[in-house]
Amino acid sequence: MSESIADTGVAGEASTETTNGRFDEIRTLTQNGLWSNNPALVQLLGLCPLLAVSGTVTNALGLGIATMLVLIGSNVTVSLVRNFVPSEIRIPVFVMVIATFVTLIELFMNAFTYGLFMALGIFIPLIVTNCAIIGRAEAYASKNNWQLSAIDGFMMGLGFTLVLVLLGAMREIIGQGTLFDGAELLLGDWATVLRIELFAVDYPLLLAVLPPGAFIGMGFIIAGKNWIDHKREQRSQTDSVRKVERARVTSA
Amino acid sequence: MSFYIASSPHTRQRRTTARLMQLVIVALIPGILAQWYFFGWGVLLQLLLAITTAYVAESLCLHARERSSLSALRDNTALVTAMLLAVSIPPLAPWWVIVIGVAFSIIVVKHLYGGVGQNLFNPAMAGYVVLLISFPLQMSSWVAPVELTGQHLSLFESIHLMLFQYTSEGYSVEQMRMVASGTGLDAVAMATPLDHIRTDLSQGLTLSESLQAPLFSGLAGLGWQWVNLAYLLGGLFLLQQRVIQWHIPAALLASLALLAALGTLLAPDQLPGIDIHLFSGGTMLAAFFIATDPVSAATSNRGRLVYAALIGLIIYLIRSFGGYPDAIAFAVLLANMCVPIIDKYTRPTTYGHPRRKLQ
Repeated sequence: MSESIADTGVAGEASTETTNGRFDEIRTLTQNGLWSNNPALVQLLGLCPLLAVSGTVTNALGLGIATMLVLIGSNVTVSLVRNFVPSEIRIPVFVMVIATFVTLIELFMNAFTYGLFMALGIFIPLIVTNCAIIGRAEAYASKNNWQLSAIDGFMMGLGFTLVLVLLGAMREIIGQGTLFDGAELLLGDWATVLRIELFAVDYPLLLAVLPPGAFIGMGFIIAGKNWIDHKREQRSQTDSVRKVERARVTSA
Repeated sequence: MSFYIASSPHTRQRRTTARLMQLVIVALIPGILAQWYFFGWGVLLQLLLAITTAYVAESLCLHARERSSLSALRDNTALVTAMLLAVSIPPLAPWWVIVIGVAFSIIVVKHLYGGVGQNLFNPAMAGYVVLLISFPLQMSSWVAPVELTGQHLSLFESIHLMLFQYTSEGYSVEQMRMVASGTGLDAVAMATPLDHIRTDLSQGLTLSESLQAPLFSGLAGLGWQWVNLAYLLGGLFLLQQRVIQWHIPAALLASLALLAALGTLLAPDQLPGIDIHLFSGGTMLAAFFIATDPVSAATSNRGRLVYAALIGLIIYLIRSFGGYPDAIAFAVLLANMCVPIIDKYTRPTTYGHPRRKLQ
């Protein structure tokens, strides 16, 4: 796990000189964050909140956005102070930075989305223990400039949020047949219209609502990602085989 | 003259998986007949639904995994899984309960782990746990035995109840309690003996007071004792046919009986005795049919003794102190998780070699 964090961190530090290199770096960051090094699907970091609060799309979205904001904030700050922090005490410093941002977010949510704040409960302060955040601070932000670190934080946060929302949607649909139930907790009173009832259930499938459902759903999502990767690899292999055949025909 | 040369093992009888599973199915028949006699048509309807679902799910999975479906369908393993789950759930549970349970057993527990012979967990019991966790209400509305109701719901009413959750006169299983004929008995729905004892004990009654209920006028609850004896009979047939070895049933029943005896000695009026533990709930079905699943059980004989004793221990602990009246499924799954470590520490020494030291 730590290897996969490390190898993306140093990826494009040297290539940030030219605008072309910078563009490439942003592309790599996007690809890594959303797919090939997705914090939830590949690094398997931050599973605790992922599994605990993904019962509905609203909860998932709320926690995902909160994590994303913390990740951007901590990445930028860590990147800005990276040259002033002795490497012996960098971890405590990073943790303090992250804790500050988590506290900020927690107070914000307490003030503006009180219902969601109550629904997520302990999992908001627990964002500070999300390994994905300290992982990015250590692997990327402490080695790159603040603009790229911000993009990295955004992409990693987005990747995390997307998985969280997907899992939340799966569990909500299977468990209670709705989508965006309780969206007003996050978005204000108008959002009650967002609630979609796909089918009415007399008895919720409690398995999907309870934590075991999160583990099973997560297993399915990871399996799905691996399956897509496998198919892609197969396709690229058959492509290269075809090229070889063409080369033989021309040489003959 | 030519000699046919074959390597060991030199068995005279060729036993395929399909044949073994057939014997298991045959051995299940007395228990199923007993359940049908005591609990009505629902049992057979659940079996029918479960078997259909199992075959559909199995063919879909085999198709998706690009395996030849016919030979795998013929090995009867899906059939046994479906039957074990069907006899474990309440006979008048709505149709979708058994469909969801069997589909989960076959698709997730069996095929996602690699199909026949690869599953870590007993598919039927994993399916049962999914149902128990997801639909606690439906999974606890058992049917009263025929000795108390006098007669069964008719076949038509049973089907109606399973499809629409109401009889043709508009009563749900729960409401049937209300229309009981004067005696104040439940007409259809009723707690199982273990559930009954559990509720009474939690309300401060003593065991002897709880056993005064009309449900207990024999060994371990009307209906249930005979069902358990029928499964015991089927289990003995399996032993005689050498489909299973004695280790698992013996160790499971012995550990459960020992603990029950200990419990009776220590707290005779709070903990049910040996008779209730052995002949009520799903004990015999578990000992001879569920715990003996060759795939998810321990492999060596010594390992099987440990494995089955562990199941007995967990069953006793959950029944006596846990949150559920019966605990076969949880006990079997928990013991399944321990199987790799049991196997590691009970590996038999090879003949002629010195005893291995454990690393």
